[in-house]
Amino acid sequence: MSTAMTGAQALVKALEAVGVEVAFGIPGGCILPLYDPLFDSPIRHILVRHEQGAAHAAEGYAMATGRVGVCMATSGPGATNLVTGLGDAYMDSVPIVAITGQVNSWAIGTDAFQEADIRGITFPITKHNFLIKSPDDIARAIVEAFHIASTGRPGPVLVDVAKDALTGTTTWEWPLAIDLPGYKPTVTPHFRQVREAAQMIAAAKKPVLYVGGGIVKARAAEALATVMETAPMPLVTTLMGRGVFPDSHPLNYGMPGMHGTVAAVGALQKADLIVAVGVRFDDRVTGHLASFAPNAKVIHCDIDPAEIGKNRAADLPIVGDAKLMLADLAHHLGDLELPGWGEWVAYLDSLQERYPTWAGDPDDDMLQPQEVIRKIGEIAGPDTIFVTGVGQHQMWSAHFLPHEKPYQWLTSGGAGTMGYCVPATMGAKVGAPDKVVWGIDGDGCFQMTNQELTTCALNGIPVKIAIINNQVLGMVRQWQTLFYGARYSNTELHTDRYPDFVKLAEAMGCVAMRATTLEEAEAVIAKAMTINDRPVVVEFIVHKDAMVWPMVPAGTSNDDIKYARDMAPQWEEESL
Amino acid sequence: MTTTITTLSVLVQNSPGVLARIAGLFARRGFNIESLSVGPTEREDQSRMTIVALTPDEATLEQITKQLNKLVEVIKIIEMEKGKAVRRELILVKIHAEADTRAQVLGLVDTFRGKVVDVAADSLIVEVTGKYGKVHAFLDMIAPYGIKELVQSGSVALARGSKTITDKSKFDRTPRDKS
Repeated sequence: MSTAMTGAQALVKALEAVGVEVAFGIPGGCILPLYDPLFDSPIRHILVRHEQGAAHAAEGYAMATGRVGVCMATSGPGATNLVTGLGDAYMDSVPIVAITGQVNSWAIGTDAFQEADIRGITFPITKHNFLIKSPDDIARAIVEAFHIASTGRPGPVLVDVAKDALTGTTTWEWPLAIDLPGYKPTVTPHFRQVREAAQMIAAAKKPVLYVGGGIVKARAAEALATVMETAPMPLVTTLMGRGVFPDSHPLNYGMPGMHGTVAAVGALQKADLIVAVGVRFDDRVTGHLASFAPNAKVIHCDIDPAEIGKNRAADLPIVGDAKLMLADLAHHLGDLELPGWGEWVAYLDSLQERYPTWAGDPDDDMLQPQEVIRKIGEIAGPDTIFVTGVGQHQMWSAHFLPHEKPYQWLTSGGAGTMGYCVPATMGAKVGAPDKVVWGIDGDGCFQMTNQELTTCALNGIPVKIAIINNQVLGMVRQWQTLFYGARYSNTELHTDRYPDFVKLAEAMGCVAMRATTLEEAEAVIAKAMTINDRPVVVEFIVHKDAMVWPMVPAGTSNDDIKYARDMAPQWEEESL
Repeated sequence: MTTTITTLSVLVQNSPGVLARIAGLFARRGFNIESLSVGPTEREDQSRMTIVALTPDEATLEQITKQLNKLVEVIKIIEMEKGKAVRRELILVKIHAEADTRAQVLGLVDTFRGKVVDVAADSLIVEVTGKYGKVHAFLDMIAPYGIKELVQSGSVALARGSKTITDKSKFDRTPRDKS
């Protein structure tokens, strides 16, 4: 059936047809034609206060639901304000589609009012992007954009639409077949490769499963659990993969990397076989690459073949979907006789016992940030969706929250985008309205995007935000303390003076509270849990010199990890 | 570090911006291009690029092809193996040639099977095509007479034999491995 309509109407109809329920955005001149039919659409459009918020909210929505998040902006500055969010989604493989208005097709290239070449600008930070100049191409671009964003290795896709393509007339045709001859992701892992992986595991003396964000994207936690039941071996989860396997499981040694646990770092460094699934050997995990896991063979499974062998050569590459691969792997492992790995497990247990993660300074009278975060986790419980900003509070959240269930942990990993927390929390709450959603943010991060709390207050999005206020850019200050002779160049935020976070949050329609002691902290967290009709902001005043430990200094070997300042673990590997 | 010169033939969808996308990929990932040429093919909806890349090792070449393959508009990439492909480049060179040297220059042009395409009182424009070695040998020979101006095309290449880029071969780095 074909019907005549405007390009804008076709765009809205196409969004509805691909199943969009929510979009975050801000209208403006060039995208105005789209907002008119959108007004009558069942799609819920949430008017944000800054386009960066729209992009992060789309990410939060996507991460909480497993579906594609949508953000919209007008041409020029509207579109460029999306860039940080698109870059963030690209680094963390988050499926979002951004729709931007563009100046009239005949004015493109003339430096017209509010013109920016957003397609050119976003080439390096999108999985793909489109510039649409004809109304006839709109519906197809939308279908292809959603397909590309959500399949293979997920990622952001931008569709830039010229104003005259929105106002022009086209004929609606549906369904449209996808015609992308150059886009055919390999989903099914190769049978023989997976069988060989199982054999390598059975032959290993010191194997470790190294799993990350790919498990989240493939919704593969259950398949991972099956592998761990069949072949219980030590496991570490990256920052992006927190929660894909319960932290309470004795074989989960936690997060590896620059701020990882000694046991997790040790598990990778001392392994003779690394089974890497949905991870990319990021420099924050490997440290100095040449000295990373020197004795390990590597099985590397990823849906993106370019990740395999990019940083660390793989002895056995497996291209495919993590869920399918893990299911196959469990099947093959079931056919094999497996060693117990008891000595290896005992060694890692001993590391874990001897070098627990630094949980705060017992001699400091002030409220300890680690303690605050642990309390939030305890009181909110393991069913909560947790979102963080970037910095010290993020690392503490990675360690001290209850990471027991998958797909409930949202953080900006690859890009490390300060300002992610508040809008991503908003997006997650929109996607999962029945869940408690806590954002844990720093005082620096919070000041970058807190305006979206107004959006939350006005749109009935009752998020909970904790500000871990240490009055400084804490992680940067930690580096200044350790590597720049305690010269604190431009890291003092003076948030003890301005802003008054309680007043600021109240001005945006939130309930706001402040805590300076552990008793107060418990009380305000408990109180926050009872408020469900509006957003809540709780501020925790902590010491500016609290540090994140363990730490592997940037560019050094993981063997040089310190579990506290100047405190290096005794590896005692000879005993193994 | 020894660098290897590799010629890749890349079949792409003929859409606006595809050249910028590929050039940008090389730039931002720090891959070095010796030359790149692009033009239409036997099919209107496809273009073909010949990229001569400088790679320090096999892993870098693998990354280049994998990253190129990730681009949605890239349909197929094949490596042009040495000795199994025909390679050509074209140069136009304006050579200083007065009455006393003109005959010698023309002799060299003839030896290299070049063509004189423009004549002026004290110079000639000469066209030479061939593979890299031949073209550059010619340039070395005429350099003493004075090269006033030089332009070169990128290299273009086709694999020998009846197979085409769209047929499967053991050299192809197929788009099946794509995310």
